[in-house]
Amino acid sequence: MIWIAIRMLTGDAQKFFGLVFGIAFSTLLITQQLTIFVNLLERGASGVYNVSSADVWVMDPVSRTTDVAYAMPSTALDKVRGVPGVEWAVPHIRAQASVRTKDGDLEGVAVIGVDDATLIGLPRNMVEGSVDVLSQPDSVIIDDVGMTRMFPGQSPIGERLELNDQRAVIRGIADAIPSFTSTVVLYTKYSQALNYVPGTRNRLSFVLVGAENPAEAKALSELIEQETGLKAQTREEFARDGVDFIIENTGIPLNFGITVALGFIVGVAIVGLTFSLFIRDNIKQFGALKAIGVTNGKIRKMVAAQAGLVGLIGYGLGVLGTVGFISAFSSDPTFKGFYIPWQIPIISLVAVTLILALTGWLALRSVLKTEPAAVFR
Amino acid sequence: MSGPAISTRGVTRDFKAGQQTITVLHGIDLDVRAGELTFLVGESGSGKTTLISIMCGILWPTEGEVEVFGTDIYDLSDDALVDFRLQNIGFIFQQYNLIPSIDAASNAAVPLIAQGMDRHEAREKAVAMLEKLNIGDQAAKLPNQLSGGQQQRVAIARALVHEPRLVVCDEPTAALDAASGRRVMDLLREVAVAEDRACIIVTHDNRIFDMADRILVLEDGKVTHDGKHMPEDH
Repeated sequence: MIWIAIRMLTGDAQKFFGLVFGIAFSTLLITQQLTIFVNLLERGASGVYNVSSADVWVMDPVSRTTDVAYAMPSTALDKVRGVPGVEWAVPHIRAQASVRTKDGDLEGVAVIGVDDATLIGLPRNMVEGSVDVLSQPDSVIIDDVGMTRMFPGQSPIGERLELNDQRAVIRGIADAIPSFTSTVVLYTKYSQALNYVPGTRNRLSFVLVGAENPAEAKALSELIEQETGLKAQTREEFARDGVDFIIENTGIPLNFGITVALGFIVGVAIVGLTFSLFIRDNIKQFGALKAIGVTNGKIRKMVAAQAGLVGLIGYGLGVLGTVGFISAFSSDPTFKGFYIPWQIPIISLVAVTLILALTGWLALRSVLKTEPAAVFR
Repeated sequence: MSGPAISTRGVTRDFKAGQQTITVLHGIDLDVRAGELTFLVGESGSGKTTLISIMCGILWPTEGEVEVFGTDIYDLSDDALVDFRLQNIGFIFQQYNLIPSIDAASNAAVPLIAQGMDRHEAREKAVAMLEKLNIGDQAAKLPNQLSGGQQQRVAIARALVHEPRLVVCDEPTAALDAASGRRVMDLLREVAVAEDRACIIVTHDNRIFDMADRILVLEDGKVTHDGKHMPEDH
C-alpha cells in the first residue's frame, strides 16, 4: 500500500512539487537564517577566537567584551605575572581610531596593540606578508575583511594611512575572523598602539595569560581574580560573554527569530494547503480503499509515507540549498568563515517533522472521517 | 452451498437530520442466494444504497442482524470487519474510483496488495483477470488513457481479482447506452456469478431488468416485491 500511496502522490506532479517546494523553502529559510544568526552571534567572540594562544583574559572588573572594555593601569600586568600558575602574561590594547586614506576617505577602525616581544595577540595566520613586518617603523597589519572594505580590488601593501593624525603603513594582511560589525582592524605593536591611540592615563585593555597547565585555566582565572582584584575569564567564558552581549543588546535574535518563525508558518501554510488539496482530490479513492478493506491504520501509514517522502526530498533540497548558499558566498567578506553548525540541520529537521506532522494530521482527519459508505452516494 | 449468502433480520436504519430522526429502512428480512444475479431496485430515496451498504459491512444498522456467509458481520470487531470485507467482498462503484496515477493492472491488483501479497505477484494475477475481461492489452495504461467502458472493466477486475464470495455493484450501467449496458451485464453474469458467489446489483435502469435472476424492489425502506420479474405496476 505504501507503493500505491507514493504513486498517488507523485502521480499528481503539480501538488507533489508544490509540497516539495513548500518543505524545501521552509527548510532553506530556517536553516539559512539560523546559520547566519549563529555565525553572526559567534562574531561577538571573534576578538577572543583570533587570539588562540591566550588561555585566560584579564581585564577591569567592569569590562564585558573585547570591544566593551575599560582600560587598566599598566601595573595590572605585573600583578598578573606574579600569580602562581601563570606561564606568561602580555599586554593587549584594543581601541577605536579614525583613519584617513590617501583618497581622503574617513574610516573608523579598531587598533589592536600586541605584545612587542612575542607578538601574542595577532591572528594565527597571515594572508600576505609576515608578522615580522611589525618590527619596521609605523607598521600595521590589516585584517583581510577590512582590506576588502578599505581597498576593494587592490593590494593594500605599502599603503600609507593617516591614523589619528599619525603615519601608518600597511605591511601585511592577517587572516582574521571579522568582528560583529566587520570593522576594519589594524594590528600593531603595543608600544606603537600607545602612540596611535589618544592619550589617557590608563590604556591597557587586557592582559593575555598563558597557563602553565591549560587544562586548569578555570582555576587559574579564579586565582588571578582572588590575587589581583581584576576580572579574569577563560577563553571560552569570555567568548561566551561576547555572544551574550550581542544577544542582550541587539535586536538580532528577535529579527532572526521572526524570520525563522515565518519560515515555519510559510511551510505550514504551503504544505498544509497543498496537502489538503491533494487529500480532497483523492478522497473518493481513499473512500474506495476503505470500503474495499484497507484499515485506518494502513491509511495512516499511506499518508505518513507520502508526508515522509515529501519531507525527505524537501528537507534534502533545503539543506543543500543552504550549503550552496554558504559555499557561493564563502568568498564574500561578510560571510567569511561561515559554517553550518550540526545542530541547525537537526533543528530544521524537527521543524519540518512538525510541519508534516501537523499538516499530515489535518489532512488525515478528513480521510479517517470519510465513511466507506460515502462511495455509494 | 447450504444457507443463504446474505441474511438480514430486522434491519432498521435511522439517520439524524437536525432534531429529526428519519428511518430509512424498516425491519428488513431478506435472504440473498449465491449463484444468482440479484437486483436491488428502487426509486431514489427508497433506501437501496443504505441497504446495500449495510449488507456489505460498510454501514452499521441501527437494529437487526446481518449474516454474510454465516458470519454475523456486525458482531465482528472493527478491524475484523474491515478484514472480512477485504477477504470476502468485491466492490464495483458507479464512478469506478480508480486511482488515476497507477496503471490498470495495478488498480486491479489493489485488493491483493491490501491483503499483503507481493506487488509483482498481485500485478500478474491482475493482468490475468484483465485478460479474462478482454482488456489485457490495456494493462499498462493509466485510467485516463482508457475509455469509460474499459475503466469499468478495470473496476470489475479489481472487484474479482481476489476471488470474493460476494460482489456488490452500484449502478453499473447508469452511464452507458443500452447496448453497452447489456454487454456489461453479460460480462458480469459470465465472470461474477458463480455457484459459491453472490452478486448484488443496485440499479434503477429498467433496460436491464430482464437480465436479473431475482429482483428485490424497495419502497420507502421496505421490500415490496421479490421475484424473477418486475411487478407490472413499475
